[in-house]
Amino acid sequence: MIRKLLTGNGAAAWGARLAKIDYVPAFPITPQTEIIETIAHWIDKGQMDCRMITMDSEHSMITAAGAAAATGVRVFTATSSQGFLYGMEMIYTVAGWRAPFVLVNVSRGLSAPITLEPDHNDVLAARDSGFLQIHCATCQEVLDSVLFAYRLGEDERVRLPVIVNLDGFYLSFTREPVEIPDDKKVDRFLPPYDPEETHFRAGDPISQGVVVLGGSQYSYFRYETHLASLNALVVFEEVSIEFKELFGRSYQPVEAYRTEDAEIIFFMMGSFATKAKDAVDCLRSVGRKVGLLRPRLFRPFPVKAIIRVLEGKKGVAVIDQNLSMGKGGVLHAELCSALYGVADSPPILVSFIGGLGGRDIIREEFYEMAAVTMKAIERGETPPPRLLYTTEEMMRMKGLQSIARVEQLKREEKR
Amino acid sequence: MKESAFKSVKDLPATHVLGSGTPACAGCGALEGIKIFCDILGDKTVFVNAAGCMTLLTVYPFTPFRGSWIYTAMASAPAGAQGVRDALDLLIRKGRLKPKDDLKVVVLTGDGSAYGMGLSSTSAAIYRELDFIYICYDNEGYGNTGYQFSAATPHAARTATSKGVGGYWGYKKDLFSIWAAHRPTYVATVVGTEPLDMARKIEKAKDLKGSKLFIVLSPCPTGWRFEPAETIEVGKLAVKTGAWPLKEYINGKVVHTKIPLPRGKRPLVEEYLKRQGRFAHLFSPTRNEEVLEEIQARVDAYWEGVV
Ligand SMILES: Cc1ncc(C[n+]2csc(CCOP(=O)(O)OP(=O)(O)O)c2C)c(N)n1
Ligand code: SF4
Ligand SMILES: [Mg+2]
Repeated sequence: MIRKLLTGNGAAAWGARLAKIDYVPAFPITPQTEIIETIAHWIDKGQMDCRMITMDSEHSMITAAGAAAATGVRVFTATSSQGFLYGMEMIYTVAGWRAPFVLVNVSRGLSAPITLEPDHNDVLAARDSGFLQIHCATCQEVLDSVLFAYRLGEDERVRLPVIVNLDGFYLSFTREPVEIPDDKKVDRFLPPYDPEETHFRAGDPISQGVVVLGGSQYSYFRYETHLASLNALVVFEEVSIEFKELFGRSYQPVEAYRTEDAEIIFFMMGSFATKAKDAVDCLRSVGRKVGLLRPRLFRPFPVKAIIRVLEGKKGVAVIDQNLSMGKGGVLHAELCSALYGVADSPPILVSFIGGLGGRDIIREEFYEMAAVTMKAIERGETPPPRLLYTTEEMMRMKGLQSIARVEQLKREEKR
Repeated sequence: MKESAFKSVKDLPATHVLGSGTPACAGCGALEGIKIFCDILGDKTVFVNAAGCMTLLTVYPFTPFRGSWIYTAMASAPAGAQGVRDALDLLIRKGRLKPKDDLKVVVLTGDGSAYGMGLSSTSAAIYRELDFIYICYDNEGYGNTGYQFSAATPHAARTATSKGVGGYWGYKKDLFSIWAAHRPTYVATVVGTEPLDMARKIEKAKDLKGSKLFIVLSPCPTGWRFEPAETIEVGKLAVKTGAWPLKEYINGKVVHTKIPLPRGKRPLVEEYLKRQGRFAHLFSPTRNEEVLEEIQARVDAYWEGVV
């Protein structure tokens, strides 16, 4: 075991290297590029026995990834944002092939307008695809999750591709000390991929992605995929024990921080949850009983683990770093459906939208969200969803708009 | 170049690798073509398919193929072929697959995919010198969705999206030249109704390394509107009239493998068009001389450039 300062992208590349991947179809997009550049460099230096191939698009990249996995090799790939969506048809398709591989998505806000900074609308577009989803908050978690992901996806009870998600810039380009596990130990944790019967070879033909006639057969295969995804919850627990024994780090499907005696819980995903942690500590220091619950596993959705933590709590502030236009936060809706009708579940779930396109969520905003949630609990009434935006931000925006207007007038005058 | 094992039609395989009883329409020219490919390529194949009529060949739990099959999507069959080929190579190199269990990777797409949506992934695969066979069965339209025009539709043809007086406004894209411009190992045009020419070309190309690409003209009774029993005749007329040149590209050169009779002696293109309902508006209620002459002139000009 060695300790190194690694970016989130570097950690993802290390995960792939330790997993002894065979094959990497790739296509560049900011902020993912460092991952494929690092792997390409290692291959060039002979430090990885793996083939990397740059495809003409992410649509092709995900097709090749799924097809190679279906042929029986261990596959890794990575993308972000527009690339992720460009390949969306294939994200749904390859999950139906039940071909396990790992796709690292470096979250970045979607166009339009264009940004390079993160939010989760890209990865959430694959919510219903059949891919498992692991969301990371630290660089260490990125590396560990890649290894975890292969164990989950390749398990014969699951056989599904897995997305490991990390936030662009906040994790992708942030250096943190990361323990790089011992090679031999990783081999014990993650033996070579055994595709069993499901791969192409002479004399043993199989057909993948075929047509079915009618809803009954179609439903059968869709249900199978759903049930396989749910199986990942069981597998996760088993893998988690093994991982702890070998590497000393413990991962649960949800991370619960100072939740035990908490009355109010912040509920959010990804690296911004580390900001919530900091706010929890501050609020605790002035006697507020606040905690944080962060789903690491988003698909399958760890309903039981969530209920276990939230049972008996008075209220939850759900902070969505995404926006489903015309509805609101995706995570909020997910949580509502998980808790509805569950005895002793928190009566108040307040929805906040924040962190879109990398917009910061500052400590004071966490205090405010806690206060709003507290007030809602006292009144027994849930307030409407809040879009985090300060007066100062609005002033700055108005400033930019007036500059835009002046520029336009100048152009019109010239004409 | 070694001599062909196929000297006459009698030398073609008598038993077929592709099973019967598929959901394709009666008289489907595409299926005729694919049968010949299967006969010569054998069963050590994996077909990588894109959305189209032939996708319906494998309907759970049946397949007419003796080898394997993977359906990708409309745009990315060549990318799927890349993944399968690379994985097979890796498995063999790493000792996880015996070389004798290797497979030929065969892309199977329609013209809609090959001439349009799949062009980027095809270009990329050829440029990477992917070792694969590409079969584009060209029925000159989006058949599976009800025969709308595609970039492969010939001028003036009536399709579900070109029902106006003039038929299709466009001209068939020259995919052969586009593919050949990539300088791949092999490109050929074929038609199932010339089985000997086709068999020889497949035989010649199949064991070469690199990208081997075939455009298979596929008379389509449903889209072209003729009786299923007439598929052979329609296909033969396409070649005899010079409308569908049979050729191959190899070692940087284009060679025509069957040259129709000289102008004046060969049948007019309208003999071919007349057999198809999609061109009926060129003949009745009145002959559209202008368009017929234009089509004929284009074919004549093509062959003048050849001979
Ligand atoms: C991305 C996408 N767009 C549209 C379709 C609908 N679609 C299915 S088959 C087909 C026609 C394909 O035409 P072609 O490649 O010529 O094959 P043919 O149907 O003629 O056999 C279309 C448009 C699809 N499956 N996928
Ligand atoms: S529509 Fe044409 S190409 Fe498609 S199956 Fe029928 S005959 Fe064959
Ligand atoms: Mg077609």
